[in-house]
Amino acid sequence: MDRTEPLPSAGPSRRRFMVYTVAAATLTVAAPLACTPSRAEGAEPSRAASDVLVTGTDEEMLVLEVTEANHIVVRLPRAEVGQGITTAVAMMIAEELDARLADVRIPLADARTKGNQYTGGSSSVSSLYGPARQLAATARAKLVTAAARRWHLPARTLRTRDTMVVAPDGRTATFGSLTASAARIHRPAVPSKPKPASRHRVIGRPTTRIDARDIVTGRAKYAGDVAVAGAKPTVVARPPTIRGKLVSVDDRAARALPGVHAVVRLPGGVAVVADTFHHAFRARDALRLTWAPGPLARLSDAQIRARLKAAVPRLGTPPHGSTPVEAEFAFAFVGHAPMEVLTAVADVRADRAELWFSSQTPMDARDAVAQAVGLRPSKVKVHVVRAGGSFGRRLNYDAAIEAALVSKAARRPVKLMWSRGDDIRHGRMRPASHHRIRASVAGGRVVAFEQVMASVSESYDDAGLSAQGGVRAASGPLPSQTGLYNFGRVSGDSGGIELAVPLGAWRSVDSGTVRTAEEIVVDEIARKLGVDPVAFRRTTLRGKAVRAVLDKAAAAGHWGRPMPDGCAQGIAVHEEYGSRVACLAEIDASDPKNPRVTKVVMAADVGTAVNPRGLEAQLMGATTDGISVILQAGLHIDRGAVRESSFADFRYARQRHAPLVFEAHILPSTGDPGGAGELGVPAASGAVANAYARATGTAPRSFPLTF
Amino acid sequence: MRSYSFTLNGRQVTVQAPADMPLLWVLRDLLGVTGPKYGCGVGVCRACTSHLDGAEIQPCVVPVADCANRAVTTIEGLADGDTLHPVQQAWMDCDVAQCGFCQPGQIMAATALLKRTSHPTDADIDAIENICRCGTYARIREAIKKAAESGD
Repeated sequence: MDRTEPLPSAGPSRRRFMVYTVAAATLTVAAPLACTPSRAEGAEPSRAASDVLVTGTDEEMLVLEVTEANHIVVRLPRAEVGQGITTAVAMMIAEELDARLADVRIPLADARTKGNQYTGGSSSVSSLYGPARQLAATARAKLVTAAARRWHLPARTLRTRDTMVVAPDGRTATFGSLTASAARIHRPAVPSKPKPASRHRVIGRPTTRIDARDIVTGRAKYAGDVAVAGAKPTVVARPPTIRGKLVSVDDRAARALPGVHAVVRLPGGVAVVADTFHHAFRARDALRLTWAPGPLARLSDAQIRARLKAAVPRLGTPPHGSTPVEAEFAFAFVGHAPMEVLTAVADVRADRAELWFSSQTPMDARDAVAQAVGLRPSKVKVHVVRAGGSFGRRLNYDAAIEAALVSKAARRPVKLMWSRGDDIRHGRMRPASHHRIRASVAGGRVVAFEQVMASVSESYDDAGLSAQGGVRAASGPLPSQTGLYNFGRVSGDSGGIELAVPLGAWRSVDSGTVRTAEEIVVDEIARKLGVDPVAFRRTTLRGKAVRAVLDKAAAAGHWGRPMPDGCAQGIAVHEEYGSRVACLAEIDASDPKNPRVTKVVMAADVGTAVNPRGLEAQLMGATTDGISVILQAGLHIDRGAVRESSFADFRYARQRHAPLVFEAHILPSTGDPGGAGELGVPAASGAVANAYARATGTAPRSFPLTF
Repeated sequence: MRSYSFTLNGRQVTVQAPADMPLLWVLRDLLGVTGPKYGCGVGVCRACTSHLDGAEIQPCVVPVADCANRAVTTIEGLADGDTLHPVQQAWMDCDVAQCGFCQPGQIMAATALLKRTSHPTDADIDAIENICRCGTYARIREAIKKAAESGD
């Protein structure tokens, strides 16, 4: 590898990103994904470009290649799950290279051996923004230099546009025609510094997804659509209760059915491999299975809720002479239920394995698959496929391990798919939780604010107390103690219970409950003090940036406009991932059992918004999540089983529950990009709950409200 | 197993399949047409929504026998060559999709709605049952209205 001089990035943080040149026939440059620490201001790199070339690409890096076909290819070590990361990265690359967006290709990288290949925590844009731009800016400098040499012109006189270098006399050369000679340039004759934000013409421009046409024509390929020769459809019979144990299998009838290839016992059930999914489901239903009840077979929601409530740590002593505003909240389990059920294609051979599925953690998945089938991780190849939604579900790789086990046992490639029933009844869930909040008011202001909570954590024991609600020790402070408000002494504690239920991080994780509960209490404090909820927030929020989004949402949403009886506005804010958002929701709750959120106005400041159109989409999705989890969508546990089994009873919002008007206002910023994928959920949830409370004169305490 | 012939996206196809085999699996597993997606298998999520003789169906609950000698249209058959159907174009213009998995079904449902009523009201649009777990409903509404205008 050839180490090109590190250059300061254009961003205000002045972080520097190293770029390397990879020895290849075409121009190939690579940037490490972990940020290099800031150097002292003004300190220049001790040396310029090295001429040392190393072959091969470093697995840890983001690698950009300019092909002779004039495509810019960046294999992205992230999952595209709908959040639009491939479009955002394509925009960063197109910006700094002056390439046409259509010439930029962002395939998803296979699982790597090392480095950062994690998609989660709303971190993708912020982790890629520096390296991707530096990479493209370096490639551009080399392409310009190559053209200058070809034309015997000073490099500084050349311009770039539309994936070409342009000479002052109008001559053009495509990047593809220059890539071979640019690969041999080690010291670019023009600076390779990313553009200042003032010159951005791609970044910040609302842009349609790069895969939009594939999607609307049905060409976008998900794991179940990938053509792998001979991969046979496979489904799994699962127990009626969560983690029920298989007692006996009579598979004679199933095996006798046409089109059935194999029946394979798995830790979680019995898999059937068949010619089509129709044959596989038929055979699954023909299995005669007896199951022992799972470890929670005597537990239902009422007991779980009581145990959770009992596990909430005690509130501390309120300041002397203060008046309390207290509230308790319960949140139900919620399924992830991505539209694309878990699906994985696996081809496991004696000495190697190859898998195709979507994963937010493909390196961990590869290691787990290797262990499950007894291969070395280096012998397992994982191709990351686009996902039909995730919301955190694809942090886990349950289906991939099952597919690998079945492929190994059946000695053939398989395409294993969970049914929707499997997904809802055995899939992972946002943990149920119970929260107690006390705000202490004295002299017309909040002098102390405390939240204590308990949530369910996953037990891997199949028997005994720990599987059935053993109390977990308090686990320290809450994630919400960011000091969003000037509430005097802010404190918190959390405890919990362990249950043998499959859990997983759900979009916005703990903030989805903790911050939502807080935003409801903020409204209740304002009511107690006789202050308008927006005015109260404006005077108590600590940060200018979060006050700015509040003001924007309140103004754009006409906060305080007269509403008919049974209708009301609600507001809430949230700050996380280096970003902040306010949500104003209007609700028609004239039928309190059947409320409709009619309008939502959001305002967000995420630093530099790479693709405002994509950001708006994320806020829109978060709004639908908020409406769903607050008003109507959750999962019940009845005697150790999930009651719901499809979208008929897991009541995620449909069109008739979505706002008729949705607006997102994005505050201008040239700051470093923050996270956005999960940002909107707590604010939307809080705003919907607060609107409902104001419309009905009730105090919402248990979510979803209609359950 | 019997043999069933029907028109698929304008072309005649014949498959050997059990009479009760849902059209979805005939399309996906026998014919390699993967635009219609499995999302529930019980006609509830509507990710597989396609057309039978121009009317909306959920292929996961329609047996292949019911399609014999009829015309099936999936998302793959909606565009006219490289020219997108106005509903597909509106979906692009409004950048509706996020993960995209439900969108073939959403587009086929919207197309069927616009066939029934050229200028759907908000109530008509609210009656669309297709789930979008990414929550793109506001853009779906906008795209349907845009497609309706483009038909004028």
